[in-house]
Amino acid sequence: MSNPAAIPESAPERPRGEAGVSRWEDAVLAAALMSVDPVGTGGVALRSLAGPVRDQWLTIMRDLQPPGTPMRRIPLHVSDGRLLGGLDLAATLSAGRPVAERGLLVEANGGIVELAMAERIAAGTAARLTMAFDSGEVVLERDGLAMRSPARFAVVALDEGVGDDEGLLNALLDRLAFHQDLTHIRVHEAVACDYDADEILAARALLPAIDVSEAQIEALCSTALALGIPSLRASIFAARAACAAAALDGRTEVTDADLAVAGRLVLAPRATMLPPMEQPPDEPPPPEPEEPDQEQDKGEDQQEPKELEDQVLEAAKAAIPADLLAQLQLGKLRRSRARATGKAGAVQNAPLRGRPAGVLRGEPRAGLRLNVVETLRAAAPWQRLRREEIARFGGESNRIEIRQDDFRITRFKHRSETTTIFVVDASGSSALHRLAEAKGAVELLLADCYVRRDRVALVAFRGQFAEVLLPPTRSLVRAKRSLASLPGGGGTPLASGIDLGMMLADSVKRRGGTPILIIMTDGRANVARDGTGGRARANEDALSAARLVRSVEITSLVIDTSPRPQQQGRDLAVEMGARYLPLPHADATSLTHAVRAAG
Amino acid sequence: MPIPFPFSAVVAQEEMKRSLLIAAIDPSIGGVLVFGDRGTGKSTAIRGLAALLPKMRAVDCVYNCDPEAGEDALCAECRTKRAKGPLKSRMVPVPVVDLPLGATEDRVIGALDLERALTKGEKAFEPGLLARAHRGFLYIDEVNLLEDHLVDSLLDVAASGENLVEREGLSIRHPARFVLVGSGNPEEGELRPQLQDRFGLSVEVKTPQDLPTRMKVVRLRDEFERDPPAFVAKWKRQDGKVRSQIQKARDFLPTVEVPDATLEQAGRLCIKLGTDGLRGELTVIRAARALAALKGDAVVLDAHLVQVAASALRHRLRRDPLDESGSTSRVQRAVGELFGE
Repeated sequence: MSNPAAIPESAPERPRGEAGVSRWEDAVLAAALMSVDPVGTGGVALRSLAGPVRDQWLTIMRDLQPPGTPMRRIPLHVSDGRLLGGLDLAATLSAGRPVAERGLLVEANGGIVELAMAERIAAGTAARLTMAFDSGEVVLERDGLAMRSPARFAVVALDEGVGDDEGLLNALLDRLAFHQDLTHIRVHEAVACDYDADEILAARALLPAIDVSEAQIEALCSTALALGIPSLRASIFAARAACAAAALDGRTEVTDADLAVAGRLVLAPRATMLPPMEQPPDEPPPPEPEEPDQEQDKGEDQQEPKELEDQVLEAAKAAIPADLLAQLQLGKLRRSRARATGKAGAVQNAPLRGRPAGVLRGEPRAGLRLNVVETLRAAAPWQRLRREEIARFGGESNRIEIRQDDFRITRFKHRSETTTIFVVDASGSSALHRLAEAKGAVELLLADCYVRRDRVALVAFRGQFAEVLLPPTRSLVRAKRSLASLPGGGGTPLASGIDLGMMLADSVKRRGGTPILIIMTDGRANVARDGTGGRARANEDALSAARLVRSVEITSLVIDTSPRPQQQGRDLAVEMGARYLPLPHADATSLTHAVRAAG
Repeated sequence: MPIPFPFSAVVAQEEMKRSLLIAAIDPSIGGVLVFGDRGTGKSTAIRGLAALLPKMRAVDCVYNCDPEAGEDALCAECRTKRAKGPLKSRMVPVPVVDLPLGATEDRVIGALDLERALTKGEKAFEPGLLARAHRGFLYIDEVNLLEDHLVDSLLDVAASGENLVEREGLSIRHPARFVLVGSGNPEEGELRPQLQDRFGLSVEVKTPQDLPTRMKVVRLRDEFERDPPAFVAKWKRQDGKVRSQIQKARDFLPTVEVPDATLEQAGRLCIKLGTDGLRGELTVIRAARALAALKGDAVVLDAHLVQVAASALRHRLRRDPLDESGSTSRVQRAVGELFGE
């Protein structure tokens, strides 16, 4: 077995598969591999703020596409009609028969779809995209049209998310082989790329002849398991990426170096753990990753795949950012960022969303949508009559005659969705007990939410700051998961908790929802906004945070959880303009009642 | 039409495959809901099954009416025709209709035929997806993301077996009996209980964690991607076997016997689990009977009940949000206590 760092003989001057490859080179390599096998690898999730580095990457990616490759950019608020296709009104009117308009996904067949601001895409839009993605076609059932059109494309999802709680939906991430992060790449590092479209074409021609061996599949699958990667798509993508890497190099044999590339680009970004280490996990992590030396229990003792696996694993580990590696080595499971709902603003669409509640006769004015089909339908039966009328006056008409009377608009019943935000005090000794109550209340509420379609969110504060445990969700599964393990104890940064709760509430409000803020605390703050201790300042900060809540007029409720209700809790409620509810022995059921009453 | 991955080449996920076969053998069970992890081949298995279903006998009408069906299961046209004599029929593939996200209501339920209205100035009914799915399968991927107003119309039709259309001065009713198949990922949102209850069986799929199974999935998927037609040809015989299994089981089903003792056990199991209504009990028995037919067993025994209990009941338990154990383990616990497994 050769060392993965060794350059295969047939390779050109570009060393690949080394642990020392820069992030930029890897990002460019991902673009090239996606171009070699767009459908097989699905595409690239690119985390980066807009800027010259990202622009450079996009330019390179576009230049790599063979001439004539369709490229479509999909904006955040794309309508179903534009995404999937629908009735082409202009053409329909002039032709006098229904004419279909192709959607963006169909236009992108054989090419690349760029998703702008993909971290904010709505779950519904993402689902429409992934369905086309998985089945390779768009099934259209809209506006009286029914058709199936091929739609095979790769996706470049531009993720401008910041921090851990913003990012691509898992449904989308899972379907893209390469996850690249350009955040820390400086402009001067973003050099030109030394592949070109001809090389991509040559590689595509080689691809069908390339195969991965049983031992190589085993190495990739074991590595995925060792890194705690649940989805099987990762291993499938790794195999495709290895083949594409070989093809790009002009080889028909998949070598260790190709597997290392697959490990680095496909498996590493998905790692949630490291295989057991020699070191006990409570020691500080070593600066350099250690060799994993515990044998994974594998039915048969094959020397070769084991060695291969180690090499792929090394390559993958070398690509995991140092801070994450340290966390993983400490035995901390990386919380899989379960993001199931997008952050698309609903507020612009408010009058255009919700449940169609019938069609009205009327004219399209601001905020109302002309219902083309219904309008045409209204006009259709009159056509002969109108044409005959025109003919009587000596005119001639071969297009559809629409009169003002025919205009139809869709009326929507839009019910603003309620999001209940719990801000829970997880500090001190009784935290666990209170958290358990909050958890019970959240779950009861959720159970009650199916039918009402409401959402809940959870913020906890302890130690120095507050954190969002659960972004607004309807999913009981996610709620349970994020509630399952929260440590308690430490100081009481009440102000930070209220601030964070209010920020969440504000964002809910901006998206057209109705937030309800529930603060569960004994009111005794002892950590100020800046994370420093001191009762007096902490209290002052908490009250000023409370006043802010009142100024933005968010419905709120203060639940005093101290054994004997205190003045502090009352003061907080007064400043917040909130209802005050002393619940020394709050149980989940009475909490739920209180929350419903507040709403 | 892209080539679907062969059903017989789907690795592991035995419960999902078994439930889909059971639903194909006895459509009265009411379909399957497949919920769970991403990348576990949910859609793959469903589309694969659709590709191998045995053909059915149908009249040459919009609704694929069954020439042998009772009056109320025929469309108006076929009723009129049959009054004059037996209906002509032919063998057609079982319809498997996709209800894609983003479908508009007029396409689901049916509406005025736009083309005829535009070109001839006539009012005519254009049947929608529900009409096309009659006697076949209606497949909804990401069923938990389906828009509420579509879910409502769907529930109504699934309950009554017919579709009523009242729009634009049209008043039409036509039979719409289909097997509902849905898939989704619970992380993206829960399914409304009313809709969940409509599904006969519910399957939870999880990613296999053992290396050999995972390798097999990757290898087969890779082989398929590289040359779909060749791969399908290779699995043709296996798929053919599954097809004849379904056909045999359907023929055998009416003769399968359900002894009183088995009925009683099914009743006890449902009481133990506190499932609402009789639907759970009926489903367990029907599913056990279809499973027996699939295996060629003439009598339904406890063993059959045990195998289908989780799929038939897990989505019918009253939710206790404070009970940490999932519904699957609750069913298994009850089965263990009752059957001493």
